[in-house]
Amino acid sequence: MTRLLARRLLFMLFVLWGVSVITFFLARVAPGDPARLIAGPHANAEAIANIRAIYGLDKPLPVQYVQYLGGLLHGDLGTSFTTRRPVAEDLLAFFPATLELSLFALLIGSTIGIAIGVLSALRVGSVVDGVSRFVAVAGLSMPAFWLAILLQLVIYSRLQLLPIGGRLDTGMAAPPQVTGLMTIDSLLAGQIATFVASIRHLILPVVTLGLAEVGLMARVVRTSMLEVVGADYMRTAAAKGLTNRRITIRHGLRNALLPAVTILGLETALLAGGVFLVETIFAWPGVGQYAFNAIRASDYNAIMGVTVVGAVIYVVINLIVDIAYLYLDPRIRYT
Amino acid sequence: MIGEAVRPRAGAGPRLVTRLLGAAAFAGSSKLNLLGVVLVATVFGAAAFGALLAPYPPDAISLLERFKPPSAMHLFGTDDYGRDLFSRVLAGARISVEVAAVVLSISVTLGTLLGVVAGFFGGLVDEAIMRVTDLFLAFPALILAAAIAATWGGNLTTTVIALSTVYWPWYARLVRGQVLSLREREFVTAATVSGANPWDIMRRHLLPNVLPYVIIQISLDIGYVILSTSALSFLGLGAQPPTPEWGGMMTDARGFMREAWWFPTFPGLALALTVLGFNLLGDGLRDWLDPRMRGR
Repeated sequence: MTRLLARRLLFMLFVLWGVSVITFFLARVAPGDPARLIAGPHANAEAIANIRAIYGLDKPLPVQYVQYLGGLLHGDLGTSFTTRRPVAEDLLAFFPATLELSLFALLIGSTIGIAIGVLSALRVGSVVDGVSRFVAVAGLSMPAFWLAILLQLVIYSRLQLLPIGGRLDTGMAAPPQVTGLMTIDSLLAGQIATFVASIRHLILPVVTLGLAEVGLMARVVRTSMLEVVGADYMRTAAAKGLTNRRITIRHGLRNALLPAVTILGLETALLAGGVFLVETIFAWPGVGQYAFNAIRASDYNAIMGVTVVGAVIYVVINLIVDIAYLYLDPRIRYT
Repeated sequence: MIGEAVRPRAGAGPRLVTRLLGAAAFAGSSKLNLLGVVLVATVFGAAAFGALLAPYPPDAISLLERFKPPSAMHLFGTDDYGRDLFSRVLAGARISVEVAAVVLSISVTLGTLLGVVAGFFGGLVDEAIMRVTDLFLAFPALILAAAIAATWGGNLTTTVIALSTVYWPWYARLVRGQVLSLREREFVTAATVSGANPWDIMRRHLLPNVLPYVIIQISLDIGYVILSTSALSFLGLGAQPPTPEWGGMMTDARGFMREAWWFPTFPGLALALTVLGFNLLGDGLRDWLDPRMRGR
C-alpha cells in the first residue's frame, strides 16, 4: 500500500516535470517573436532588444527553461503582458468564479446523472431505459457553446426570464469576499437580494456545463449498476427478505458508485473544456474567460500559466481519485 | 508463413454481401442504432455531394439578401452578408468530415505504431513510450489543444496538429493494452518459435487482431473530434472567416442573435446532430461487436 502510494507520488512528480517541459516547448517554439509581441507593432529594434533582455529572452533556450522551472517551483508564472500583473495573482483572482460554476455543475449534474443511471438500470429495456440512454448520449453530444447561445436566445432574449451573463446584476455590489463564491459570501453577509441574483446568474451557465456531466454519469452508473444487479450478494440480500428500496440503495448503489469515483478525473477534463467555452459566452469572470482573453492577445505567459495550472489540478485530482479508490476497493491493495 | 494458415482469405464478393447484411442487421437491431446510421449517412452524403446539392455558392455575398428568415428560397435563411446558410451548412459538413479524417488518420497511425511497439517489446522501450503517452494524457484535452492552437496561430492546420496531439495517446494506450494480452497467445508464440521476424509478427499477427478495437474507438472519437474542431473555431482558434465551419459560423452569429435566430441555430443544429449520430453509431458498434455488452 505504502509502496504503491510512493510510486504514484513519484510518477506524479515526473508528470508535473513533463508538463513544464511541454508547456515551455509550446510557447518558445511557437512562430512569432514574444519580444516583438510585448513591444507592440511599432517598436524599433532597440526596444525589442531591450525587452528581450528584461524578460531573459536573449539567453539560450536551456537557460530560459531552467529559469522558467525555477520560477514555477516558487509559484512564479511570470507576468501577464496584458494585465501587467503576475499571472499567479491573476489566476487566484479569477479562480473562485470558476470554482463556483464548476462545483454547481458537477454536483447538480452528477446527482441527476446518477438518478437517471439507476432508473435506467432498474428498468433495462423499458421505455424509461430507452429515453434515459438517449438523454445520456444527447447530453454528451450537445455542443456546449450552441446550447449556451440557444439558452440566451430563448430564456434571455425572448422570455426575459434570466440574465444573459455575468455573476450579479449590473450595478450590484459584490458581498465582502470570504470564499470568493458569490452564493456563499452573500449568505454570510446576510444579503438575500445578492444571493438571489447570484443564483439567477448561475442557472444558465450551470445548465450548459452540467448537461455533459449528466450524460457521462448516467452512462457510467447504468453500466456499473447492471453489473451489480447480477451479483450474488444482491440475490442474498433479496433472499434475506430485505425491501427492494434497501437492496437497491444499500447493496446496489453503494457498489455501483465505485466506478463513478474513477471518472472524476474525466469529469474534470470535461469541465475544464466546458468552462472555457461557457465562461466566454456568459461573460463569467473566471479562469476560462481569462484564458480566452490571453489567447486573443497572444499573452504567452498567461496562456502558459493557465495550461500549467490546469494540468496540475488535473494531475492532482487524478492522484486523489487513485488514492480514494485504494480505500474504497480493498481488492486493489492486494494486486 | 504460419500467419497465412491462421487467417483464411475469403473472396471479395461474398465478403461484401456479408458485410452489407451485417450492416443492415446492425442498423435494424435498435432504433438508436438506426438513428445513428441515418444521421451519419446524411453527414457523409452532405460532405460528398454538398457542393452539388447546395443552391448557392457558400461564400456568395448578396447584401440585399441580409438576414432573410428561412423560406423556400433560403431553407435555413441568410446571414449578415446575405450568404445562404443552407449552402454554408452543407459546405461545413465537408470541412468537419475532412478534419476528423485527417486528425484520426494521424492519431491512429502514430498511436497504433507506438502502442504495438511498446506492447510487443516491453521493458525499457515500453516504459519510455508509455511515460511520454502519460504526459500527454496529463493535460485536459481542450486546454492542451487550445494552447497549441493559440501559440501556433488559428487556422485549420493548427487545429489538425492540436487535435492529433490530443488524440494519439489514447490509441497508444488502447493498442498497447491489447498487444500485451495478445503477446501471450499461442499463435504469437508459435510465430516467434518458428523464427518469424518481430516486424512480421507485429504486422501479420498483432495488428489485425487489434484492429477491431481501434475501429470501435475511431467510431467513438469521430464525433468528439468534430465537436472539438468547432469548439476551437468558435473560440477563434480554428477556421477563420469566411470559411463555412460550423463553430466559426456560430461565432459570427453571436452578434446578431436578436435579429436572426436562425443564424446561430442551424449551424449548431447540424453540429449537434452530427456529433449525436457518430456517438450513437459508436456506442451501437461497440455493443454490437462486443458480445458481452449485448442485451444491455
